[in-house]
Amino acid sequence: MTSGHLIASRALTRDFPGVRALDCVDFDLKRGEVHVLFGENGAGKSTLISVLSGAITPTSGEILMEGRTINPASVHEARQYGISAVFQEFSLIPELTVQENVFLGEEMRRGMFLDKAGMKQESGKLLEQLGFNLDPERRAETLTRAEQQMVEIAKAFRSQVSVLILDEPTASLTDHEIRQLFSLIGTLKKRGVGIIYITHRMAEIYEIGDRVTVLRDGRKIETMEVSKADDETLIRLMTGREVGAVFPDIDLPPPGEEILSLDRITARSGAISGVSMNLKKGEIVGLAGLAGSGKSAAMQAAFGLLPVSSGKVTLKGEDMTGRPPVEMIRRGMIYLPADRKNEGLMMRRSAGENMRLVSLARAPRQNGWFLNAKTEKQSVAALADKLKLSPNRPARAVDHFSGGNQQKVMLARSIAQEFDLIVLNDPTVGVDVGTRASIYRFIADLAMAGTGIIIISSDLLEIIHLSSRAYVFSRGRIRAEVSGKELNEETMLTCFFEDDRECA
Amino acid sequence: MEEAAIRTVSIIKKMFVRLGILPFLLVIALVLFALMSDNFLTGRNLMNVLRQSVYLIMVSMGQMFALLTGGFDLSVGTTLAVSSVVGALAMVAAYAAMPDSIYLAMSLGILAGIGAGTLIGVANAVGVAFFNVSPFMMSLGMASVGFGIALYLTGGVPVYGMPVEFGNVFGFGSMLGIPVPIWVVAVIAALLAVFLYKTPYGMYFYAVGSNSKAAHLSGISVRKTLFLTYVLCASLAATTGMLLTARLDTGEANIGASMPLESIAACVIAGVSLRGGIGRLENVVLGGLFIALVQNGMNLARIESYLQTVVLGVLLILAVVADQARLRLVASEKD
Repeated sequence: MTSGHLIASRALTRDFPGVRALDCVDFDLKRGEVHVLFGENGAGKSTLISVLSGAITPTSGEILMEGRTINPASVHEARQYGISAVFQEFSLIPELTVQENVFLGEEMRRGMFLDKAGMKQESGKLLEQLGFNLDPERRAETLTRAEQQMVEIAKAFRSQVSVLILDEPTASLTDHEIRQLFSLIGTLKKRGVGIIYITHRMAEIYEIGDRVTVLRDGRKIETMEVSKADDETLIRLMTGREVGAVFPDIDLPPPGEEILSLDRITARSGAISGVSMNLKKGEIVGLAGLAGSGKSAAMQAAFGLLPVSSGKVTLKGEDMTGRPPVEMIRRGMIYLPADRKNEGLMMRRSAGENMRLVSLARAPRQNGWFLNAKTEKQSVAALADKLKLSPNRPARAVDHFSGGNQQKVMLARSIAQEFDLIVLNDPTVGVDVGTRASIYRFIADLAMAGTGIIIISSDLLEIIHLSSRAYVFSRGRIRAEVSGKELNEETMLTCFFEDDRECA
Repeated sequence: MEEAAIRTVSIIKKMFVRLGILPFLLVIALVLFALMSDNFLTGRNLMNVLRQSVYLIMVSMGQMFALLTGGFDLSVGTTLAVSSVVGALAMVAAYAAMPDSIYLAMSLGILAGIGAGTLIGVANAVGVAFFNVSPFMMSLGMASVGFGIALYLTGGVPVYGMPVEFGNVFGFGSMLGIPVPIWVVAVIAALLAVFLYKTPYGMYFYAVGSNSKAAHLSGISVRKTLFLTYVLCASLAATTGMLLTARLDTGEANIGASMPLESIAACVIAGVSLRGGIGRLENVVLGGLFIALVQNGMNLARIESYLQTVVLGVLLILAVVADQARLRLVASEKD
């Protein structure tokens, strides 16, 4: 059974205080295969790859490499065995250039001094080999998330790699960049590199996976050939129960009066130019496009986060061009950002405080001044129940919740008071399928109750299944407005790219 | 027996995670000094400690707001000095102009002092909130500016000639057996607690310090909050300046030099995070009290004053180390 494996674990167990994150997991990876790890947030995927890559040590059990026990004690040691991981959390230093980041910690030297010329050459070669079109002299902070991801992968490849671990590598990539990544994975497979791949996107499993292992509650549930897997089986294995379709049926009332309109908006930074769009009561409108296409910038401009140089923003019939977020919120619009950690949440404060942050200014007061601790607590509890926060302990720091539950905390803001328009930027990044379904349900319910919803998303399926109408952005402009039958993958994808071919 | 020991350890650990290092330090200090000096654990001495701690507690409460928003205020010392000097000068002048209305002269002096000190805070606030100067540079610069002004106004000489009543009331007076400065700090602490925990604005300081982008997106004015922070911090330091002036009976440019360090120490020992967003007012009050207690205890134990500063510095670093350990415990318990 162990023959032919590249790396394997035997009865691997890892305890954290009060919880067994990994419970007797047997796992193996063959040469030249893509082995997908699948499971809900908190199922043990991250713990497993952390142990395999030497970031944490197991409580018991062993790791074998080609039949030999290795048990790496550090990331550095694992790397010497040829095991490299690209984690979800990026580890780039913003002030350093691409090449400096690639060689960080393993700088090339000539005698006592840094061999800058050598590193430049090497990193250039490495990037070219991987097919990344990146200037090694650029500073990391000027890169998009997708480009940062490329640098992370390049980092993993600076030494000889035989096992590559990718933790949700596509979460922040656009379709075009995903293609690039997949073709790279194909090349690596041919070279005999084994790849452990974590994803929440089921389509990717079928596309690049050879085998898939489903984890739940720290235990291995099953390992199967991808050719024998289907959505229903995987979801059943993952959740331990039957789950209906991920996307809900949405039955929207006929569109009502206009809530938001942008009229030829141009941002001072040039991120968008001449963007005109609108949203009516009871609509779900999707904004699609590549990263940097202007889909997020359009909403940031509307919400007063980006300075506008020309054009007009109208919210519920009122000219609100260039007004700050505080006024937009007062008039019924809320924007929930994509980057939960940096823009969305107060990570070290409690979930409850995070939920109530937006609506504190409108909270009921005693004597017109003071908050009532009891009613505050009740409204937090009601929000937590409504969103099925798990564990249902709103006093806990938001840092300690899983990605899906952190997203729920953000969503709670949009119902902590009444809003007419909710803008969601990539609401399901890094969220497991079970939670994802409940978030979609939540959005659908809000829309059916008459709230205007705008979904900005890098996941096309999300837009196709949820929205009644969508705008496709490219290079800061709206390339197309699609609805009805045109709202499909092919039509929209043709509009993604930069040439001025006719689309939609 | 062993089981009981294990249980005690786990209770202590839990307390440490929940409350931080401060309660332990307080107990240790009380026991240690009680053993070292017979005069320490007497009602009179403890009242003494309380009275001495008032000034540091006031300044620390202001400092806490600055730390909560992710900054700090290094100019609290000169704010104290400026308010003392300006207040004393104004009071002396007003008293000389109208020797009959003592209380009017006193009020004018107090207002002038607090106003002048608060202006330092306004300058900090403008720099930090509107010009994005780092709080470190801004308050460091203002510390120099303020100290220069205070020296320039007095020529380095203490200001004498305030009405005796000023010292009698605000320095040495007492009400219902409790010294007036303690009343002042108690009232201000109560008001601040209500402001911080009972109004929505309190949360804004935590929000700005935890994640200013998230605060901005949530409709909180980061600028207004930062502005208020530095003005509030300075006005508390300025009030302290007037209380100290009353105690010393002179306006002095040289008071408060140790305040920046001591107030930050009091906050950090009380568990206020230097990264912003975390900290509680009642703990900061205890933190100030603790430092005063240690100073008083060391005086009674006849520890040399040079050594006292060494102890204070060591305590500060110890508190930060303990806080890091606590954070690791919290993270490992994920609760």
